[in-house]
Amino acid sequence: MKLLGLFNYWVFAVLLMIGLYTLISKQNLVKKMLALAIFQSAVFLFFITMSKIEGGTAPIFRAGAGEQVFSNPLPQVLILTAIVVGISTMALGLAIVVRLYEEYGTIEDDEILAMDRNA
Amino acid sequence: MTLSDHLPVLQVIVPLLAAPLVILLRNGFLAWLASLLTSLCALGLGSQLTATVLAHGPQHYHVGGWAPPFGISLSVDAFSALLVLLISGASCLALAGGRLSLRRDIDNRRAPMFYGAWLIAVAGLSGIAVAGDAFNVFVFMEISSLATYILIAGGRDRRALSAVFKYLIIGTIGATFYLIGVGFIYMMTGTLNFDDMAVRLEGVIETRPVVIAAGFITIGLALKAAIFPLHVWLPRAYTYAPNAVTVFIAACSTKVALYVLLRFNFAVFHGNLLGHSELFSAFVIPLALSGILIASLVAVYQTNLKKLLAFSSVAQVGYIALAAGLTSASGLLAAMLHMFNHALAKGSLFLCVAAFALVSGDTSLKRLQGIGRRMPWTMGAFVIAGLSLIGVPGTAGFISKWYLIVAALEFGQVGFLLVAAIVVSSLMAVAYLWHFVEGAYYGTPPAGESSPMEVSLPLRCLIWVAALSNIFFGLFPQLPLALARSGTSALLQGGLY
Repeated sequence: MKLLGLFNYWVFAVLLMIGLYTLISKQNLVKKMLALAIFQSAVFLFFITMSKIEGGTAPIFRAGAGEQVFSNPLPQVLILTAIVVGISTMALGLAIVVRLYEEYGTIEDDEILAMDRNA
Repeated sequence: MTLSDHLPVLQVIVPLLAAPLVILLRNGFLAWLASLLTSLCALGLGSQLTATVLAHGPQHYHVGGWAPPFGISLSVDAFSALLVLLISGASCLALAGGRLSLRRDIDNRRAPMFYGAWLIAVAGLSGIAVAGDAFNVFVFMEISSLATYILIAGGRDRRALSAVFKYLIIGTIGATFYLIGVGFIYMMTGTLNFDDMAVRLEGVIETRPVVIAAGFITIGLALKAAIFPLHVWLPRAYTYAPNAVTVFIAACSTKVALYVLLRFNFAVFHGNLLGHSELFSAFVIPLALSGILIASLVAVYQTNLKKLLAFSSVAQVGYIALAAGLTSASGLLAAMLHMFNHALAKGSLFLCVAAFALVSGDTSLKRLQGIGRRMPWTMGAFVIAGLSLIGVPGTAGFISKWYLIVAALEFGQVGFLLVAAIVVSSLMAVAYLWHFVEGAYYGTPPAGESSPMEVSLPLRCLIWVAALSNIFFGLFPQLPLALARSGTSALLQGGLY
């Protein structure tokens, strides 16, 4: 049961490692960008999970609702910002990939490096 | 409230607001002028802020009037002030000295966008220096990094693109690791404010998430700071960036990551984690030592002047990390001093390189043969800044190396080994600089390029001002020393509120 209770944290760790492994092992630059997105999404999941309390709702006070349990909204706000940062990084990264393709005619990292060495 | 109460936030807001205005200018020269004026303005604000901090102690600013821990707070101590001075100073120097170089490297049509990105980088880096909470540091770090990627890839050299892609991947991994660490700390303490964190961590010291957080944060920032062997992005990025951009980023970008590393490890973890000193030393000192020795050795065998200086930067980051790894007050003092002095020396050196490139069109050592006789003024400035990099007495580099050696000797029995490594790598610095200087003075210039050809007088003056500042701060080190002393005590005592 404890294992299942930590399910989200396991997914966080697995996604993080999938992202990191792909970043290191793949030569294709677009695949690298996708890996980076997975890597960052893992962290988003981690923050959202940490703020969730069992039975907790959005922190909106209602008159006469009695005792309420709220989830912490702050990590969610932080992740909203982090998602924006992630999108900007993705946009810039893909733009660089496009420029690389224009200049080298390939998006394989090892081929680009080989062309640089021979130049 | 008078305007001077708002200094900490103005440091970020002025370049941030100027950036979109600069983009609207649609003219390369005007955009450059506006960026230079904004940088000068930031330098003025920074000097004012530094004077206030030195006179009245750390400054706190509550954004929008909301008090911490709920509101966003900016806190500026002497260490932050030192960084603010470095960032705005480096930006002024690189923009003023890099006018011709940038005009050659940047497409005139896209120049306003480029200068906009430059100002955003300045705003982001200053934001890291003044931010008082861990999450704002992350946001500013990403703002400055994204802008820096654009600056590096903005030139005409296509190799910059693959270099910057690598930097983007590694930089994002570093920032994400940092974010994971911040998440773990938030889980345990429920706060993001540095000072609040230091207080609340006391209750949860021996829990595993805090130790893991310290690990993630230290590794993430070490990636950004290019501490050996996490420096792989640095040499190519510095080498293929436009020359003026290299002046700017070499002087301040790794320093800012080191600043956050020191702030987190000493203001937050140091007093709270049992055995933090030993763990931090055991992690950082071996890496720093191998960085100092290996990167210096690699620099000796480089055939491109910019790459040579880039590897020297990796070694110099090693000195700063080594000084911090001693985890003593004198070590931190040496680390802060070396940040300042290395920025001075590297900024001046890369400015000279930008001038060489204007004349010879290339920075390979082969093309630069005989450049010392063609450009005696610039070469003279290069030698002065080089002496400071080596640490010859009378230059700024000597001051920080002296403090570093004193701190290393206090460290105990391994202290002598550390001092030996510092001396050996200083000799290697002589070797790699001599490798270039010898060819520059005694080599035969490439055919048809032997006539003397100096850069314009204003640029020469600026280069000499930069070079002589290395001597000035070597003879009168009061300002960096006062900042580093006050910064060290603020960092170790903590508890700003």
